[in-house]
Amino acid sequence: MNQIEDNIAVSVRDLSKEYMLGGVEQHYDSFRDLLLGMASAPFRRKEILSGKKKENLFLALDGINIDIPEGQSTGIIGRNGAGKSTLLKVLSKITKPTSGKVKMRGRVASLLEVGSGFHPELSGRENIFMNASILGMTRQEVLRKMDDIVAFAEVEKFLDTPVKRYSSGMYVRLAFSVAAHVDPDILLVDEVLAVGDAKFQQRCIGKLGEAGQQGRTVVFVSHNMGLIQELCSHTIYLKDGKVESYGETSSILPQYFRDGVENTGVWIQKDESACLRAVRVVDADNNNVLSIGYDQQCRVQIDIRPNRADKDFVIATRLVDELGRDILTSWDTDTLVRTTEIGRLYRVECEMPRGLLRPGRYFILIMIRNSNHGYLDQIEETTLELEVSNLGFTMNNGRFGVVLPTLKWDVSEL
Amino acid sequence: MSSTTKKITTIEPASRFSHFDLQELWSYRELAVMMMLRDIKVRYKQTILGVAWAVIQPLTTMLIFTLIFGRLAKIPSDGLPYPIFVFSGLLAWNFFSSALAAGGTSLLSAGGMISKVYFPRIIVPLASIGVSIVDYLVAVLILFSMMIYYQIAPTLQLLWMPVFLFGLAMTAVGFCSWLSAVTVTYRDFRFVIPFMVQIWMYVTPVIYPVSFIPEAWRWVIYLNPILGWVQGIRSSFLGLPIDWLAIAISFSLTIIIMVIGLRFFEKAEHRFADVI
Repeated sequence: MNQIEDNIAVSVRDLSKEYMLGGVEQHYDSFRDLLLGMASAPFRRKEILSGKKKENLFLALDGINIDIPEGQSTGIIGRNGAGKSTLLKVLSKITKPTSGKVKMRGRVASLLEVGSGFHPELSGRENIFMNASILGMTRQEVLRKMDDIVAFAEVEKFLDTPVKRYSSGMYVRLAFSVAAHVDPDILLVDEVLAVGDAKFQQRCIGKLGEAGQQGRTVVFVSHNMGLIQELCSHTIYLKDGKVESYGETSSILPQYFRDGVENTGVWIQKDESACLRAVRVVDADNNNVLSIGYDQQCRVQIDIRPNRADKDFVIATRLVDELGRDILTSWDTDTLVRTTEIGRLYRVECEMPRGLLRPGRYFILIMIRNSNHGYLDQIEETTLELEVSNLGFTMNNGRFGVVLPTLKWDVSEL
Repeated sequence: MSSTTKKITTIEPASRFSHFDLQELWSYRELAVMMMLRDIKVRYKQTILGVAWAVIQPLTTMLIFTLIFGRLAKIPSDGLPYPIFVFSGLLAWNFFSSALAAGGTSLLSAGGMISKVYFPRIIVPLASIGVSIVDYLVAVLILFSMMIYYQIAPTLQLLWMPVFLFGLAMTAVGFCSWLSAVTVTYRDFRFVIPFMVQIWMYVTPVIYPVSFIPEAWRWVIYLNPILGWVQGIRSSFLGLPIDWLAIAISFSLTIIIMVIGLRFFEKAEHRFADVI
């Protein structure tokens, strides 16, 4: 067990991580509170450590065992609080595990954020050196790769300008470009791809995909199932700090989607402070349904209580099929101009046209996103399962495709 | 690809006896230098006056002290002109106090990085001393100009100056590693630092000579761990006799402070990312 097996890049054994809740960190409002707090701190900690306050302990990771072979691109998925980020932080050596052991073979680079150590007053070039040395590159290496880094980021002209004068897009491109040029054996990536404009994201994805093809081991945490599917041959599904399942992505994703679904036909948010409150599917007569006929129309009802200003967030309905393939996504901004106030309850509805979806099982994901930067704010959650039945389905076998819209045709003599 | 030659990284829980991995620390030396350079560049870029600021600040303090303590309070200065006496002390003191102020809060300022990237954490308080060193060098130039003005020639004793400065820097490192680790857990501790520094200056013979303190109470002054270094730096610039007893006491205290400070840091560092 002390030895790492050949051709295994990452080996995780009985890994656990405990966090203390509300134990150590306290806020003092006055100097007196500070002194009192300092005087009583040792006792408070002792209480917690001696187990008197067991309820303050939170197991973020609970006995994780994983082997990742060399060259495998592995996704890590799970709901909020499942332990994905904690696992990545332990692998990156940022935080120490409470028990267990990890062994990794080769040079490790972790990208938990882009632009670590960037300083707005420094020029692009200076920041490249700073950031690169944080990521473990030597000065020689940076000098050698400087041209590539700059070209990838498309900031040639501004290399000696302080980055505070950069647009946010340039800033992110430069930061990611440095990260993308670290040449590790094992690459640990958090959701850093959810930045920048779409075109640049696409190139980042390409770069990551390349990394996978070059025999590099990539571990990728994401909420974006589409990306996981595109980049990762295998996926680890974490649930409550444990490995729920680990296998080929094509077999894990459907399980993940099915898992979040409640079969009562209504999904209700438990977290009181969240913006998204409830989701249900109703038919034309406003009945809550689990299944809808192929030729029937239905609506997805989304109850929200905004916790931020209108323009700051957008809502989307996303449909995924049983294999985890994205079928469609529609943003409320497509056709809706919303004026909602913070703290009030609203119902937003999205109409699914009839005769579009091939009979089968689908999962409805609701996404609430920060509209400014594309950063995920409220994470995409599987809310409901929707069955499209054969009812009214009369198509013949020759009709291929994921969706079955009937398109408008025309003919005219020339 | 020969996978057998690749380096194996092992991650284990923090042990109670964890020590700094010196080999690893060495491999991160470039980062330490980068951080130091970044702080220095930022410091001199951000202010409009740039380097001038490092000149104006100690000069102004010197003028005010000369006026209040030298002229009004008539504090003796061991036969030297008061301005050069106080400036040679301020030089060392400013180095120490700015190192404490920057180092004490250095981990908090680097919080974002600490929670997102791994590197030996001790680099942060170590690198924070860089700015103080540059400020010190600027002040040394002012002191030399003053020595020319007052016609005081440097002696061979000047060769001791770097040694004493190193001693002072090590005292600062010891304190900073402890202070920075404490401020991570108890944020408000950072308000204590300026307060502490202020009092500390008055118990250090910066604005007055040791001979100003009554003989019976002099031993109290000698308990100050930086007394030997501050006095030593002044003496080596101005060619005054070096108080080797004070140096010996400071040397011993500095060793103790460094051991305690670094040990405290070692034990606390694995928690930083969780509480910052």
